[in-house]
Amino acid sequence: MIQFLAYIGATALGVAAALGRLVLFGIASLTAIVRPPFYLREAGLGLLNVGYLTLPVVGLTALFTGAALALQIYAGGARFNAEAVVPQIVAIGMVRELGPVLVGLMIAARVTSSIAAELATMKVTEQIDALVTLSTDPLRYLVAPRVLAGLISGPVLVAVADALGVFGGFLVGTQALDFNPTTYLRNTVDFLTLPDVTSSLIKGVAFGGIATLMGCYYGLNAGRGAQGVGAATKSSVVAAAVLILAANFALTAVFFTA
Amino acid sequence: MIDLRGVHKSFGSNQVLRGVDLTVAKGQSMVIIGGSGTGKSVLLKCVLGLVTPDAGQILVDGTDVTTSDRDAFLARFGMLFQGAALFDSLPVWQNVAFRLLRGTLKRPKAEAREIALQKLQRVGLGPDVADRLPAELSGGMQKRVGLARAIATDPEIIFFDEPTTGLDPIMAGVINDLIREIVVDMGATTMTITHDMTSVQSIADHVAMLHDGVIRWTGPKDEVFDSTEPYVTQFVNGLPDGPIATLR
Ligand SMILES: Nc1ncnc2c1ncn2[C@@H]1O[C@H](COP(=O)(O)OP(=O)(O)OP(=O)(O)O)[C@@H](O)[C@H]1O
Ligand SMILES: [Mg+2]
Repeated sequence: MIQFLAYIGATALGVAAALGRLVLFGIASLTAIVRPPFYLREAGLGLLNVGYLTLPVVGLTALFTGAALALQIYAGGARFNAEAVVPQIVAIGMVRELGPVLVGLMIAARVTSSIAAELATMKVTEQIDALVTLSTDPLRYLVAPRVLAGLISGPVLVAVADALGVFGGFLVGTQALDFNPTTYLRNTVDFLTLPDVTSSLIKGVAFGGIATLMGCYYGLNAGRGAQGVGAATKSSVVAAAVLILAANFALTAVFFTA
Repeated sequence: MIDLRGVHKSFGSNQVLRGVDLTVAKGQSMVIIGGSGTGKSVLLKCVLGLVTPDAGQILVDGTDVTTSDRDAFLARFGMLFQGAALFDSLPVWQNVAFRLLRGTLKRPKAEAREIALQKLQRVGLGPDVADRLPAELSGGMQKRVGLARAIATDPEIIFFDEPTTGLDPIMAGVINDLIREIVVDMGATTMTITHDMTSVQSIADHVAMLHDGVIRWTGPKDEVFDSTEPYVTQFVNGLPDGPIATLR
């Protein structure tokens, strides 16, 4: 019994320590973004990788999800003669929840994993050590540009996902479900409020930051050898996905419980 | 110039360094020999601050490395890593000129490239490799690029971790001569790790042998070859029988 309690205590302490390290790492990274030296080339490459190259996958997921959502709501709404709410529900569902979450998870899958694998390989092959001996701070040179790219790309990707999700619903609504295009659009636009959109974009900032931070953290703390790289990649994606979903809940609670 | 006093380092239960005492004078070429896995690379990393010792003191010019200004400190150092550790996202010349392209030692790009080409030539690499990526080079070529990067800014103190491993005998000779030249002509202080007795012969002023976590023997180069210390004799002559276990 004592042993069991000790085990629980030790685990709890371990988790708390890990969270503490994560938070400290996050603070150090954000500080590195605003303190010189700045590495513009690295930041540009980061934006390309995190933002631009993630656009297609984010766009496609959002489009299909919006389309499926329209079909579901139509079918579900038909049970109590509420088919007409499709535009409103698609809009609110995409913008408030699905757009940001889809973007977060897609960045975690595509960007977090690639950052973690890249930095872990650098760590394992002593490139991080080499960087330090060449008077370059890995936090500034490697982490800051990537996290900055995440913070900028997150909301942009969410905006794209929101728009394409709504468009997916619009396509299904007008092509398969006999909605009038003008009415569909007007219902969408009239229904959405500014807080819906800003909360969506703020979630994008948060998720972009979390996804890139997790990739950097696990990459830089990788163990030795190919196994170290594999473990770092896996842990980074799991941590990013879980944290993004938890943060989504927290942010939704903050924004929409008055 | 470099003073190690009672340096200890363990990784978990693996006690690697158990009280290393070593002094390297200014302008001296110190060569460190010792069996594989005895902690030679770890020792160099301790001096650079890449690995934090568990106990002991490391002084450079009389100041403790843990208290000195890290940027200024590292600006005086060059390091060739055992595995070259080239940045694989950058072409060869940008690897060599890494320090010249950013930070306090920044120069115009054309000038940095010019210096990189010069250094590459000194390690026997022509201008055609300058624009290739490290992954497109052989192991020995990568090693030489790493060497060029270590000497790119003509640092005062240079560490070479097995500079000739993986090179053909002729190229090894070229590199040995280069290191000797750097010490004699530029007055640099160097620490070189090697298993190659020809390198010891041509590079060293002083030799130190690391074994079981301590410096087992140290002395001028000439003495290493006719030392009667059994550990040194066994190592220098490559004998399977002697005090050094072959299972490790
Ligand atoms: N970061 C690390 N984490 C855990 N153990 C380490 C680490 N770095 C080195 N070691 C261990 O320290 C010991 C000494 O390693 P080191 O690389 O210094 O050996 P070496 O003398 O340079 O050998 P070689 O001549 O083969 O290069 C080894 O047992 C190695 O496993
Ligand atoms: Mg070594």
